[in-house]
Order: sequence, then structure tokens, then C-alpha cells
Amino acid sequence: MVNDKKLYVSASPHARSRKTTRSIMLDVIIALIPALIASGVIFGLRALVVTAVSVVSCVVFEWAFRKFIVKRSNTIGDLSAVITGILLAFNLPSGIPYWMVVLGDFFAIVIVKQLFGGIGQNFVNPAIGGRIFMLLSFSSKMSEWTAPRAGFMNLGGVDALSGATPLVSDDLPKLMDMFMGVRGGCLGETCILALILGCLYLLINRVISPAIPFSFIGTVAVISAIAMLVKHEGAEYIAYQLMSGGLFLGAVFMATDYTTSPISTKGKIIFGIGCGLITCLIRLFGSLPEGVSYSIIIMNILTPLIERVTTPKPFGTPKKEKAEKKEAQA
Amino acid sequence: MSKVPGGVLTAVKKVRGGVKVDHHKNTADMEVVRIPTPETVVIPMQMHIGAPCEPVVKPGDTVAVGQLIGDTDKFVSAPIHASVSGTVKAVGDVKLPNGTLSKAVTIESDGEMRLWEGIEPPKVENREDLLKAVRASGLVGLGGAGFPTHVKLAFPQDKGIDTLVVNAAECEPYITVDYRECLDNSWNIISAVYTLKELLGFKNVIIAAEDNKPEAFKVLKNIADKDNNDDDAVKLMVLKSKYPQGAEKMMVQSATGRKVPPGKLPADVGCVVMNVASVSYLSRYLKFGKPLVSRSLTVDGSAIANPKNVRVPIGTNIGEIIDFCGGFKTEPAKIITGGPMMGLAIVGTDLPILKQNNAILAFDKNDAFIKKETDCIRCGSCAAACPLSLTPTNIVRATKAKDTDTLKRIGVNVCMECGSCAYSCPAGVPLVQYMRLAKTILREEASK
Repeated sequence: MVNDKKLYVSASPHARSRKTTRSIMLDVIIALIPALIASGVIFGLRALVVTAVSVVSCVVFEWAFRKFIVKRSNTIGDLSAVITGILLAFNLPSGIPYWMVVLGDFFAIVIVKQLFGGIGQNFVNPAIGGRIFMLLSFSSKMSEWTAPRAGFMNLGGVDALSGATPLVSDDLPKLMDMFMGVRGGCLGETCILALILGCLYLLINRVISPAIPFSFIGTVAVISAIAMLVKHEGAEYIAYQLMSGGLFLGAVFMATDYTTSPISTKGKIIFGIGCGLITCLIRLFGSLPEGVSYSIIIMNILTPLIERVTTPKPFGTPKKEKAEKKEAQA
Repeated sequence: MSKVPGGVLTAVKKVRGGVKVDHHKNTADMEVVRIPTPETVVIPMQMHIGAPCEPVVKPGDTVAVGQLIGDTDKFVSAPIHASVSGTVKAVGDVKLPNGTLSKAVTIESDGEMRLWEGIEPPKVENREDLLKAVRASGLVGLGGAGFPTHVKLAFPQDKGIDTLVVNAAECEPYITVDYRECLDNSWNIISAVYTLKELLGFKNVIIAAEDNKPEAFKVLKNIADKDNNDDDAVKLMVLKSKYPQGAEKMMVQSATGRKVPPGKLPADVGCVVMNVASVSYLSRYLKFGKPLVSRSLTVDGSAIANPKNVRVPIGTNIGEIIDFCGGFKTEPAKIITGGPMMGLAIVGTDLPILKQNNAILAFDKNDAFIKKETDCIRCGSCAAACPLSLTPTNIVRATKAKDTDTLKRIGVNVCMECGSCAYSCPAGVPLVQYMRLAKTILREEASK
């Protein structure tokens, strides 16, 4: 008899998967490592230092805000702040002053994430929120692109290649250079090869579903193809559109943020198509050079609406009832 | 593992979502062994869904195996019989594994296991005879739910019920008694299937099991083929091993492609689903007339010294069964009746085995580990895992807000508490607990 001994009594199920929030976040960090290495090779040590500064500030802000301001549990162990730090840094030119990075991190972690209740509660992606805050506040510094391969130890970093992101430049880098990331741009967005490796890792480990990256990038490809025909450009136009700007980084790592994207596959596809559409509209008709961040943030805000119409009906709900419900909602 | 033989059906429609759980079918090769007659048994009067029985014996009475000791005139109920021969020691309240109180009859065994002289094979010639016999047998769903079988089978003749699904999926980890039933008593299964088909007018019978039991298919297929070459109404179906394949609605969907609407039963879409052990027992009852007084169960888990499949009299003390399996090899941290996904954690081992218990599992500290609950990250694992297309994270949110309108709209009452969502949740949210809370909130609102 073991009545006198201590037994756990809890609700079923009594078996749980090994997956935890921390293990998921760790997978995302692993998937970001190829791009991190590429940024070091392409933009030098300063790219790595910017990333390190960003990660440390994000973690410190999250820890300090929860400990001293809202007095809640310590959540830095879930590693989500680390990801925000890396992603924000990846969206910055490597010559950015460090204090601006810290300010951007503050906005991302404290204003966008923690003020709304922390992980799972923010309505837009913190890294994108932080980036847009910096784009609006420090527009000139944010578009001073460091020339690639300016020397690994070049920590000064203001050896800039102003305004030469391929989207607005006549002097285009070769396609192979685009693929390998040897071009001006934000420090983590240029190496497509590294981002594809990261994407594969996430897909194989089922951390993300292919719905958002494929529909996002696919939509951009289709619209670029139409634009190519209208503008009488060559086929490489599509390739440049796909590989320039932060499309891959955004589609794989930012648009797929769980909290700010729809849960159902149908919703994810709508979300991805929306992102692709807005990106292309901004690129083709807007005065901004790049639209990925804005497209994602707009779709983040639309996510609750997408969820409303795409959440599946419970098992066995009769078709007729479904139609009636739709009418009732309309 | 050998290949599944040809000529076996595959699922008409696959189950959505679900989870891949480790099978842990450690006892699959162990034949069911009888435990020595217990000195006393405690037989509760509530071992089924429905009205409890009233004891019909009093302390001091001498009873024999199979003798009626509890009955009721309510329809949704099943009579209860003595599982050992001996003397009634007490009639009073006992605590059941789920924490509720029930009347129970305690019998001190004389060790003889003497059969009651009134036992004789029932005369079954038509539907009414069969239903009467099934009720008299005390049979309830042996798969875990404990729904009285005679109620399930008493569907109106004009309801257009055409398919009997014999459920041998056994998708819960660890448990292997249904598998053993297929291997060791396949004749019984087939014979009961034909009786049911003939007397209740099923057009099709589908015996379905998961693809991790190829040996069971071999045995069943041989028998089914040999007996009825021309009649192809009884078919075997192989299902992909995936939890919760064996759930009733999932079995109906796999076997026929039909979906049971919210709030309805399989009978509403022309199906009856029966657990394979219940079917097998039915055939034995029709042959010998011995009521349901014992059952097979799997005893396993990391804290059990010698995992076994055992046959025990109903009402045997759980501690005694564990002792028969060598006791605990490490200190148990959690003991459950039933499988790890839907089973019930019990507070101690001083409890009786009920008709519907198909396993006793005891786990050590490592396996009893419960993830710490952290904030939901809206990853959608729960929604992806739900075989019934629910979005559990939204239900949690509405439950916390006590938003009954939303709870009704998103269909929490469809939830069968299979646990797939909570299993896959990385944030360790006790989702099943929230589902139950949500249903309670809705029940309370409805009763206002």
C-alpha cells in the first residue's frame, strides 16, 4: 500500500512531449547561426559585436523590467529575448552606433513586448517594432550600408556605401554575390544561402510550417514576374527582387513569429500572401526602398481578423450550419 | 515485425492531427496470466456510466462466482456479480479511484472460486434475447469508458444503422490486453461478430487495429477468411498508428468516412463501435453464461518490477495486483488506472479494480514529471494536434474570461479530452484541465 506515500495526482494526459518553449527558441537560434557566421565573414567583426550588444541589451531589459517594474517571474530562460536581440541586429547596418542599437532593443523588448504582457501577448513582432522605431528615428544612419568585405577587424564601421542597397542602385552586384550575400545591406539579411539553411533546419524540425515562407516568397515571385513583363526586364529581375532587401530573413524568421501570425494553415497562407502583396506594392510604388518590415507589421495587426475568419469549425459541424453561421456573421 | 497481410482495408478517411507517442508496448509478448484468488474483493456498485446499482445481498450471505449482488431497474446501468465465492463481509461506502463515493459489496473469499449454480448459457435466438442476455451479463465497454453495452446495442431498428466497428486500435501507450485478446481469443471475436451481425442486422463489420499489430491481423484474417469465403461483409482494416486513433469518433471516421456531428453519437451516423475485448467477452458469455466477473489488464510502467498482463477478479485490490507483478522496483511517483493519455491518476493503491480499467501503470519520479506551466506562445501545436479541429488555446483564453458565448461558438463540448493538445504544448499548459473547466462553466450556466 502506498497511500501514505506521496503520489502526484494530476489531470490527464500523464505523458508530455519533450518540446518546450526553450527548446523551440533554441532551435530558432541554431537556425540563425549560419546567417550570423555569414554576417561576420561579409561585414567583419563589427557585425558580430552589434549582434552581441543587441542580444545582451534585450536580455537585460527583459530581466530588469520583469524584476523591478512589473515584479513578475523571470522569463529570460525561455530565450525569446535572445532571438529578438539577434533578429533586430540582423535588420541593422553593421555601422550603426551602439547606443542606437540599445535604444532599439529597449523599444522592442519593453514597449512592444513587455508592456503588452510579455511572451505570447505582443501584437506585433518585437524585432520588427524595434526596427521600424529605428527607421523612423534614425533614418540616415539606418540606410548607411557598410561595404561588404571592408576588412574583418574594421570596428570603426562608418566606412559607408551610402544608399547602395541593390533595390535602388543601378550598379547591381552579380547574382552569385547576391546569393552568397556579398552586397550592401542589413547585416543578417544578405546571405540567402545561410538563410535557406536556417529555413531548412526549422522546417525539418517542424519549428515552423512552410505555409508562411512559401506563400510570402511565392507571392513576391509572382508579382515580380508580372512587373518584369510590364517593365520589359530580363528574367534575372525576379531573382534580384527575391534576393534583395530582407525578404528571406523576414519570410523565414520574422513573419513566422508564432504570436503575431495566424494559427491555422489557411490563415497562414492568407498572411503570407498579404505580406508578399504589401512588400511588392511598397517596392514598386512606394517611396521607401524596402517594404518587408512594413508588410509584416501590417499583417501582424491584421492577424486577429484573419484568425476570425479562418479558425476551423469543430469536427462534424454540418456544412449547412457552417453556411448559416457565415451569413449570421455577415 | 512482419508485414501486414494483403487484402486488408485501409482507412476511408485519415484522422486529422493527433500525436505520435512512444508506444511502450512492452507487454505485447506476454500472455495474460491469472492472479491467485484474492482474499477479499471490494465490488463497487458504480462501475459504469449511468445509474448505480443497489446491493441485493447483505453481510453474512454466502455468494458464488457469477451470482448477482447488485442491480437496478434503471435502463442505463449494468448489473454487478460476485467475482469470488465466499461470504459477504460488508455493504457500505467506498471511495472510487475518481474520488467519488459509491456503495460497495466486500466479499471474503473462501478460495474455492465456486461457480454459482444458476449459471447457464443464455438462449439467444433473436434481437430481444440478445439484448436481454447482454444486460444480464453485466457487460460494459471494456476499453475504458464503461458504457453499458446493452444500451449501446439497443438502437432502434429503423435508425438505419449499418456498420459495426470492432475497435482493436489500442492507441494508448503501454496497454496490450486488446492485442492479446486478438492473438489469444480470435475465435471468440469472430464468432461474436457474426452473432451481432445476424441478430442486430449490421450490413458491414469492420475490425480495425493499428499497423503496429501485424500479428493480430494475421490471426484474424486467417479465421475470417476460412469461415466465410463468400461473405465479405466482415472486413479487417489497418490504421496508421497515431494517437487518438482508437477514439470512437475517429474510428467511425476511419472506417466509414462519416463524421459524428457535435453532441451526437456514432449511432446517429449509422455506426456502432465496440471494443474488441467486449466483443470477445460477449461470445464467451453466449457460450457459457458466466457474467463479467473478471477482466484482463496490463500492469506496466517504470516503477513496476515485473510488468505483466494479468486476469483479475473485479474488485481486486490494486496494491495486491501490483504485488503480484513483483511490487515496485523504485518508489512510485504516479500511479494511474488506464493509459497515460486519458487514464486517471489515483491517490493510493488501496482501491478496487473496476470493470472498465484496462491498465495499472506506475511511474517513477522521472516519468511522472510534469512540465512547468509557462505563458502560451501561440505556437498552434494544440490546434494542429486536435483531431476534432478545435483551437484549444482560444478555449483557454475564453475559459479564463468565463466567456460562455465564445466557448459555445468554438465548440468546447466537442472535446473528448484525448490529451493530444496538452501532450504537444511546449508551454506545459494543462489544456485538458482547462477544457474540463470550460465544460463545467457551460454546464453551470445551462443549469441556471
